[in-house]
Amino acid sequence: MEKTITAVIKKYNGDETRLMDILIDIQAELGYLADATVAQIAKTLNIPQVDVEQTVSFYHFFARQPRGKYTVYLNDSVVANFHGRAAVARAFEEAAGCAFEQVSSDGLIGLFDTACMGMSDQEPAALINDVVFTRLTPTRARELVAGMKAGKTVAQLHGNKYGDGQNAHPLIHSMVCNNIQRRGVMVFDDYEPGTAIKRVVTMSSNEVIAMVKAASVRGRGGAGFPTGMKWDFARKAPGDVKYIFCNADEGEPGTFKDRVILTELPQLVFEGMAIAGYAVGAKQGILYIRNEYRYLRAYLEQVLADMRNNNLLGPLTAGKAGFNFDVKIQFGAGAYVCGEESALIESAEGKRGEPRDRPPFPVEKGYLQKPTVVNNVETLCSVVKVMLNGADWYNKLGTEESKGTKVLSVSGDCAKPGIYEVVWGFTVNDILNMVGAKDVQAVQVGGPSGSCIGSSEFNRILAYEDLATGGSLIIIGQHRDLLKDVVLNFARFFREESCGSCVPCRALTGMAQVLLEKIIAGKGTAGDVENLRSWLPIMKHNRCGLGQTALNPVITTIKNFKGLYDQRIKAGDLRFAPSFDLAAAVKDYEAAVAEV
Amino acid sequence: MATFVKFTLNGKSCLAEEGQPLVAAAKECGVYIPTLCNYPGIPPKGACRICTVLINGLPATACTTKVVEGMNVQTSTPELEAFRMAVVEILFAEGNHLCPSCEKSGSCELQALAYRYRMTVPRFPYLFPKRDVEAWHPKILKDHNRCIQCKRCIRGIHNEAGQAVFAFGKRGDRVVINIDPETSKTVSDELAQQAMDLCPVGAILRKEKGFDVPIGRRKYDRTPIGSEV
Repeated sequence: MEKTITAVIKKYNGDETRLMDILIDIQAELGYLADATVAQIAKTLNIPQVDVEQTVSFYHFFARQPRGKYTVYLNDSVVANFHGRAAVARAFEEAAGCAFEQVSSDGLIGLFDTACMGMSDQEPAALINDVVFTRLTPTRARELVAGMKAGKTVAQLHGNKYGDGQNAHPLIHSMVCNNIQRRGVMVFDDYEPGTAIKRVVTMSSNEVIAMVKAASVRGRGGAGFPTGMKWDFARKAPGDVKYIFCNADEGEPGTFKDRVILTELPQLVFEGMAIAGYAVGAKQGILYIRNEYRYLRAYLEQVLADMRNNNLLGPLTAGKAGFNFDVKIQFGAGAYVCGEESALIESAEGKRGEPRDRPPFPVEKGYLQKPTVVNNVETLCSVVKVMLNGADWYNKLGTEESKGTKVLSVSGDCAKPGIYEVVWGFTVNDILNMVGAKDVQAVQVGGPSGSCIGSSEFNRILAYEDLATGGSLIIIGQHRDLLKDVVLNFARFFREESCGSCVPCRALTGMAQVLLEKIIAGKGTAGDVENLRSWLPIMKHNRCGLGQTALNPVITTIKNFKGLYDQRIKAGDLRFAPSFDLAAAVKDYEAAVAEV
Repeated sequence: MATFVKFTLNGKSCLAEEGQPLVAAAKECGVYIPTLCNYPGIPPKGACRICTVLINGLPATACTTKVVEGMNVQTSTPELEAFRMAVVEILFAEGNHLCPSCEKSGSCELQALAYRYRMTVPRFPYLFPKRDVEAWHPKILKDHNRCIQCKRCIRGIHNEAGQAVFAFGKRGDRVVINIDPETSKTVSDELAQQAMDLCPVGAILRKEKGFDVPIGRRKYDRTPIGSEV
């Protein structure tokens, strides 16, 4: 153990800010991070154990106890449950002989829940030792466990049936499918790597930023911040060392577009990062990508190596003297909040993914306190196309305030889940027709942090000026129990994923779950619903976007589906508390009396 | 020499040192902004959110905001006061706060704020979490039941080598303040006292010493919190 730890830490020059990489590598070697391992890491880095523990214990995929020779993380998202997750989970439990959150007594198989893993178009899905398994059935689950008991490797368990496109690439070899249902001009059309960056290096950085501004490119992560302005702030911020981050954390349940873009067109993303680097004056780009996409690692490293060989990265990037831009890959370890840009930076520095106070903004003081740009995968793709086709071309697409296209991740109750690239301005109804959705009760727009809308709002348009979205659309059929199957799952999700720093977010996410369970159990009152509704202004004062939107699943359904709550609450005489179980409360007394 | 800037505080024109934290500047101008996670002299964190004020009409935490020229600050509106009371209520419902048996009763900032906001029965569901009391450290006793996760101890207490004694563990409503098994051995009586004084509630106590000041003569027994401003 000691040798492994020393070697890994040496590989990262004993640099505490590389703690994420250090922990990921050591866990890969040792299986889990035992007390003695954590103590030894602290000793080698010469920092207190609690400083290592604070990072380790923040992330879902860091294990402090053994999690089995085969570790199964079965997705517990809303969409996975729509598609039979419960039966698959039961099959795993029966076959493995242990419950979820446990390891079988022989230490062979560990079963664990995990949040949406970016496979909503092919659920139920699981990660087994970092390998993705999709479209699981109870039969398949039993077969997998039998294979594990027979000692098969995970590659053998996976088999040699691969998904479409680059998923069949020898360095990926995954059963994951792209399901690109509609191709658009921004991301999914013909593209010759290097053309844009070679054009860009003939321009001044000012000209590049002016062009991005003229095109009105806005951030595709959901918030819609003007990209040109962000770059300009970072370019003007004092300092020689600056960083470009590509945010591929993609943790919003129901979103999987970045996974598909990075599978099919990683060059487009990296080229966008190089353009950003040129415009801002940064040499180092970092792709922060979620642990769930670790199966893409070898492939992405190869793409980067090829780009270096072709002078599209590295010294003399695009043949330009003095321009030396390179990209490295930083993996996360399971934390939704790390999709928030300042939390992402904290995580990349080896710390807990807690959002920072602003100001200062990352463009002034970001990664390692240096000016830093964090852009979404899709934003960077858009920039490349703007450079190739011009700002006017881009401006002609979309609506007044939303230019260009949006890549949508569509999942749930519809005939054709998958990826749809559309120009901004489509109505929700347009999308529902496109994806073959019938008998729709509700659509969750923008994931749980967005809003849950009913049919009266299906004529609204997808655009920053109306329904802004990071791209996740979960379609919920009439036959679903909206409160139990959807809202409660999202409430649990936010309780799990809150970083725990701000009081309202930390406490009210859990309290909302308590009240929601009470209402669903038929023990709630009208007062409980009013109480929940009154929490919205409290949540608005949380520091980050996660905290501010964490009660949206509850609040937007109280607003749009009040009838569903009313059906479940106790009517009539409410002078007593319907959640109070008199029989249970006097049980001991009754027993004692009976004995006497 | 310090540069002074002019800013507007609740409609009145005030002066502050440029870059001074708003909480401190307001105090000097005679305006009390309640705080819980903030403590003078240690880096602010903006965790409890109770010091939220309106700056040029937009909400921001006063502990993390530095005063700049021309800033327009509103420290009290019915909405802000309602929010502050909610934070206090939430904290009482989130942990296990049994004032009558707590050594910090009367000197506790959370309790004092509850009096200030005339809290009666919290409208939030009590969570009654199962939490530990950690009594094996030589100088410090940590009662996690009372902890409000303000991080003052994390930010303010370091041993002589400058190393952390306290750090956050886990996330969400499972967050816990961990005490380092090694550095906690180096904590002196003075540092233990400092940690106890820094803790706004009764979560960190100095061992082998207690109930020094009788109830009735404690910090907020006669002078309610905020009355010094």
